[in-house]
Amino acid sequence: MEIGQLVFAATGLVVLGSAVVVVTTRNLVHAALWLVVTLFGVAALYAILDAGFLAIVQVVIYIGAIAILFIFAVMLTRKELRDQGAQLNRGWWLGALVAVLTFAGLALMVRGWSGFSTLPKAIPAGFDAVGALGNALVAPDAFVLPFEVASVLLLAALIGAVYIAFTRK
Amino acid sequence: MIPLSWFLLLSAALFSIGLFGVLSRRNAVAILLGVELMLNAVNINLVSFWRYGTVTTMSGQVFAIIVFAVAAAEVAVGLALVLSVYRQRNTVIAEEIDMMKW
Amino acid sequence: MNLWNDPIGLIAGWLNGLLATWGLPAWLASLVVQLIGVVVLVSVMMVVDILLVWVERKVVARFQDRLGPNRLGPFGLIQPFADIIKLLIKENITPIGADLVVYNLAPIMSLMAVLLLWAIVPLAPTIFGVDLNVGALYIIAAGAIGTLSIIMAGWASNNKYALIGAFRQVAVLVSFEVPMIATLLIPTILASSMGMNAIIQGQRVWYVLLAPMAAIIFIVAAIAELGRAPFDLNEAESEIVAGFHIEYTGMKFGLFYAGELLHAFTFGGFWAILFFGGYRFFGLEQLGPLVAAAILMAKALFGYWVIMWVRYTVMRVRIDHMLAFNWKFLTPLAFALLMLTAIVHTLLRGSPEFVYVAGMLLMNAVVAAIVAEILRGFGRRLRARADQPGRAAAPGN
Repeated sequence: MEIGQLVFAATGLVVLGSAVVVVTTRNLVHAALWLVVTLFGVAALYAILDAGFLAIVQVVIYIGAIAILFIFAVMLTRKELRDQGAQLNRGWWLGALVAVLTFAGLALMVRGWSGFSTLPKAIPAGFDAVGALGNALVAPDAFVLPFEVASVLLLAALIGAVYIAFTRK
Repeated sequence: MIPLSWFLLLSAALFSIGLFGVLSRRNAVAILLGVELMLNAVNINLVSFWRYGTVTTMSGQVFAIIVFAVAAAEVAVGLALVLSVYRQRNTVIAEEIDMMKW
Repeated sequence: MNLWNDPIGLIAGWLNGLLATWGLPAWLASLVVQLIGVVVLVSVMMVVDILLVWVERKVVARFQDRLGPNRLGPFGLIQPFADIIKLLIKENITPIGADLVVYNLAPIMSLMAVLLLWAIVPLAPTIFGVDLNVGALYIIAAGAIGTLSIIMAGWASNNKYALIGAFRQVAVLVSFEVPMIATLLIPTILASSMGMNAIIQGQRVWYVLLAPMAAIIFIVAAIAELGRAPFDLNEAESEIVAGFHIEYTGMKFGLFYAGELLHAFTFGGFWAILFFGGYRFFGLEQLGPLVAAAILMAKALFGYWVIMWVRYTVMRVRIDHMLAFNWKFLTPLAFALLMLTAIVHTLLRGSPEFVYVAGMLLMNAVVAAIVAEILRGFGRRLRARADQPGRAAAPGN
């Protein structure tokens, strides 16, 4: 086992372990904080995959905004300070079965094609991934249209969220 | 060196864990936490395909950025809905929000 | 490569060789050397933090026309050490019902978020932690960790006032990140890179001359990010006692306090790097990396002094005024400046330097004049409404 594989194994363990805690813990604020750990692990995975910009964007957007939004929502939607009652619904075993079947199906598909065992090719020297990403997002023959649609979507979400959560005094 | 299948299996596992969270949790906010896990799994998939494919084609990373934006929008609106429901019905347990109007 | 020109490289190479002769494999030796480098950087920063306590108390004293600590040691220099000893021997009181893991983790994460920022600060062309090519975004990421630690502290204290203080503080932090990101993008456009080293190398003319309004907006947003006056609703003693760190005693509070001071100094440093040329000073930095580091520290101290000056001069702003100021004034202004800077930079990029600097300054002056006119009209309307007979001035607009 070389050092790269060890690092990947450790990061993967952190991601999956904290994800399991997120979906099984009773205390919801702890679940949101364990989600932060998962998101950090995913950012580390992006760094392993040489997508440094995406790793930092993950920290800024997911941890800096979305996780904080979750913590606020958890704190504002509780009657008591402690969580009570069961946190899994009655059919939870069916949910677990579906999850296991999904994973088995996906794993079978991954095993099925030898092309998935490829090793990464080296990144060409002097390749500016951030510049190329910026270029791809605004170049007319690349992805400027999905980019603009995504910004319209964010505007719609902003207006919608403010309107839905607004309280008239 | 890490073969591509390891990343794909990791993201499949994360997706399944998120799926379990969505299907089995009672609290609406916890369901949204599961959805976040699924979106992160999809992102890992996209970025690994970018890395293990042609690195100079940025489509994988562009897709991942769009998924970031979609996830942020969905969390914002979803949590606003949950807050609004909590104000009306005083509960966020998904099982108890089962009547349109009484 | 001798000790004066490249001290870090020389010491790292010597250590690597030493560890290799002791029999460690190459990757382990380089890992150990890097860990030692991290420990050295953190230790230096914490020593600077201790001196900052002294600087803060002396400066606030002078602003308030008194002397400040002058009993312990020459000029009161031993005072911060006495403060630290006092904090260390205080009793650690943990509130009942506090969530112990989260409660103890919060001050650690708060200080960690500040120390993480020093990884990308280039003290000299050859002394830096890591030269990330996305340094400007990394500043925001480290701020996100600080925001998280505030919520953790507020919630884990099992105290309503701490929770409310944490909510308000986080609302301000998340809101003021938006104009900060926009003004961080302006040096990025001017230098064509987000890396800190590249931004410094691109400052033939200091960016404060090319984008003075961006520098002002950045320092205002930074003061809000730091939670210092006039945006210090966290320490609003008359309102919510001590905000999210009410329930923290002894060294845990010391971590929050030290973290806040070091954070202010760090943002003074970033203001210097982004707008005042970093370690460059008319070619003086070529003398050696230690000279460059001293120049950067001097500029960072100047930035820190400006932040302190604002703190001890301006009154606290009410939270709804603060948020209105951000969303209705700073954010549109920052985005307008971003677009105009990009346009002027693209138009004037090829022209001689004098024309370029004059064009940028002119654009900034025009924007400032328009903003001043808008504010004057706004103030006029407010005063007219206040002067109407029988109608009190509406406070919330």
